[in-house]
Amino acid sequence: MKIVVCVKQVPDTTDVKIDPKTNTLIREGVASICNPFDEYAIEEALRIKEKLGGEVHVITMGPPQAIEVLRNALAVGADKVYLISDKAFAGSDTLATAYALSKTIEYIGGADLVICGKQAIDGDTAQVGPGIATRLGIPQLTYVSKIREIDLEKKKIIVERLLEYGREVVEAPLPALITVVKDINEPRLPSLIGIKKAAKAQIPTLTAKDINADENRIGLKGSPTWVVKVFTPEARGGGGEILKGELNEVVPLLVTKLMETKFIK
Amino acid sequence: MALDFDLTEEQQMLRKMVRNFAEKEIAPVAQELDEKEEFSYHLTRRMGELGLFGPFVSEEYGGSNVGYLSYIIAVEEIARIDGSQAATLAAGNSLGISPIYYYGNEEQKQQWLPDLCTGKALASFGLTEPNAGSDAGASRTTAVLEGDYWVINGSKIFITNSTTDISKVCVVQAVTGKREDGRNELSCILVPNGTPGFITKTMHGKMVWRASNTGELYFQDCKVPKENLLGRRGDGFRQMLATLDGGRLSIAAMALGGAQGAFELALKYSKEREQFGRPIGSFQVNAFKLADMATEIELGRLILYKATWLCENHRPFSKESAMAKMFCSEMYHRVANHAVQLHGGYGLMKEYAVERHYRNQKLLDIGEGTSEVQRIVIARHIGVPGRAL
Repeated sequence: MKIVVCVKQVPDTTDVKIDPKTNTLIREGVASICNPFDEYAIEEALRIKEKLGGEVHVITMGPPQAIEVLRNALAVGADKVYLISDKAFAGSDTLATAYALSKTIEYIGGADLVICGKQAIDGDTAQVGPGIATRLGIPQLTYVSKIREIDLEKKKIIVERLLEYGREVVEAPLPALITVVKDINEPRLPSLIGIKKAAKAQIPTLTAKDINADENRIGLKGSPTWVVKVFTPEARGGGGEILKGELNEVVPLLVTKLMETKFIK
Repeated sequence: MALDFDLTEEQQMLRKMVRNFAEKEIAPVAQELDEKEEFSYHLTRRMGELGLFGPFVSEEYGGSNVGYLSYIIAVEEIARIDGSQAATLAAGNSLGISPIYYYGNEEQKQQWLPDLCTGKALASFGLTEPNAGSDAGASRTTAVLEGDYWVINGSKIFITNSTTDISKVCVVQAVTGKREDGRNELSCILVPNGTPGFITKTMHGKMVWRASNTGELYFQDCKVPKENLLGRRGDGFRQMLATLDGGRLSIAAMALGGAQGAFELALKYSKEREQFGRPIGSFQVNAFKLADMATEIELGRLILYKATWLCENHRPFSKESAMAKMFCSEMYHRVANHAVQLHGGYGLMKEYAVERHYRNQKLLDIGEGTSEVQRIVIARHIGVPGRAL
C-alpha cells in the first residue's frame, strides 16, 4: 500500500502578524513548524503502514527551508519525502497549490491513499485536500476521525467523519483522499536514531518542470484568488450571558431562556 | 572561521524533540510525582524509547552515537521542565552507562548496554559512602579476592537509580588492597542487583529530585565472580575521576536547563502579573533581575558547551567541566531565587513550578563534587601552590 501525505510548513504562532502594506504574513523572526493537522496525517499514514505494510511518501510545496518538515517526517519513519520548490510556484493560491500537489502525486507514481490535515493553521481554508482529490479524480473523505477499515483486496476504505452534528460512517473505493482531524491519533515523537538518519538524508527537490506542471496553472498566473486585505475583526460587543450556579439550577434556567428566545419549543 | 556557534541540524531536531516530550509528557505529571516521591517507570521507559539513554554509545551496543553535546542538550531540555527526570537520565547515562561503556570488556558491554540504552534497565554508580563524600578515596567498602570470587563488604549512600525495580547492576568502588605508596588500591566491580548479600534500601524524605530514585546499599559478604572487575584492578580511582569529569557536564546541563526553565516561568509571570496598575516586569527593579538571569544563563551555556566541545574533541576538559559545573549550579541557585522572588507569595506554593526549581537547584552544588571540590579542581589546574585543600 502506497500512502502519500501532503504537508505544509506554517509559522509557529497563533499570534500571526500581518504586514499592513502587502497583506501577507510577516515571516521574519517567526519560527516555522509543520502544520499540526498534517502531523496527524503523517502519524495515521505510519500506523496504516505498520498494520498493512507499504510505503509512506511525504510531499510539501514551499520555499527551500520547508525541507525541515520533511526531515521531521523522515525522523518519525516516512520512507520517501519530496520538496516541491520552484520560483514558478510563488504566489500560488489554493487552486494552484492543489494542482501542483496533484501533479506531484502523479509524477511519483500515484497513491492508494492520500492523506492531508483537515486544514492549515495559517490560511485555514481547508481547500487544498479536496482540491487534490478533485484533480486526481478520486473520492474525498474530509474530517476523518477514525479509519475503521481498509480492505486492500476489495480496494475500499471505511472511515468515520467528525461532523458538527455527530459522526458519519462512509465507505469509499480506493484510491481515495482523506483529510484528518486531531481526534484521529496522537502523533509520535521521533527517536534519536530517527533524527540521526533524517538529519543526514539527501532530500530531492522537484521543480515545476519535473512534475510537468502547466505554467499557466501555477504561481500567480494560475491563481484566480488574491488577498485584498487580512485583518482581525473587531470583537463583537454585548456578547452572551454565562449562567452561574449548580447544574440542577442552571439547566432549567437555560431551557427557559432558550424557550423564551424560541430556539427550542 | 574557527569559532562556530551553530548547532547541527541533528542537534536542533533533537532539542525540539526533547522539548516536545518534556512539555507534553513530563510537565503534566511532574508536580504529582514530586509530591508523592514516586519514581516513574513509564517516563524512564519513554526516555529509553526516544533514544535518550546512550546517546554517546555506539550503535552496536544499542546507543545512537550522536555525541556528547547532543546528550547535554537532551539533559538540558528535560531539566528545563523537571529536575527529577533529568536526574534519572543524567545519572543513568553519565554514572550508569558510561563506566561500563568506557571501561567494560566486550562481554560486559554486550551483557549490560543494550538494556541500559533502551531504558529497560538502569545501572548505578556506587561511590559515595557514609564517611567518604568529597574525600572519595577514603572508601571503606572492601573487596577481597577469594578463589574465583570477589567478596564485598561495606556500604554506599545517596546512590541514584540504585533501588528501582529496573535497577540491574551497580558499579561499586571498593578497596581491593594497598598500593606501594601505602594508599588504598581502589577498583570498580560490577555487582548485579539481587546478588545475595547485596541489600538495597530506598531513601525517602529528600528535599530535592523527589521523583528520582536514591538508595542506600549494603554489602554483606556479597560474592560476585572475579570477571566482574571493571577494567584493571587498581584503576578504580582513575575511572571514578574520569567518570565524574563527564558527569559534571551533565550536572551543569541540569543546572543550565533548570535555570532556563525557571527564567522562562519568571519572565512569563512578570508580563502577566500586574501590581500598581502595570505588569511587574515593567518595574526596573524586576526588569534588571530578568536581565541578569538571561545574561547568566547565556554565560553558563557558553562555558558548558565549550567544555563539552573539548570533551567531544578529545581535549583535556577537566578544568572547564569543573568551571561549568560550579558556575551553572551556582547560577541556577541565583536564577531560581529571583524566579521565586518575582512570583511573590505564589512562588512559595507547590502549584507553581518555580517552587520545585527552588528546591531542586540545591542538589546541584552538592552532588557529583560540591562547589568547594570544583574550586579545588580548578585551583589545581591553574597552578596555585600546594594542593588547594
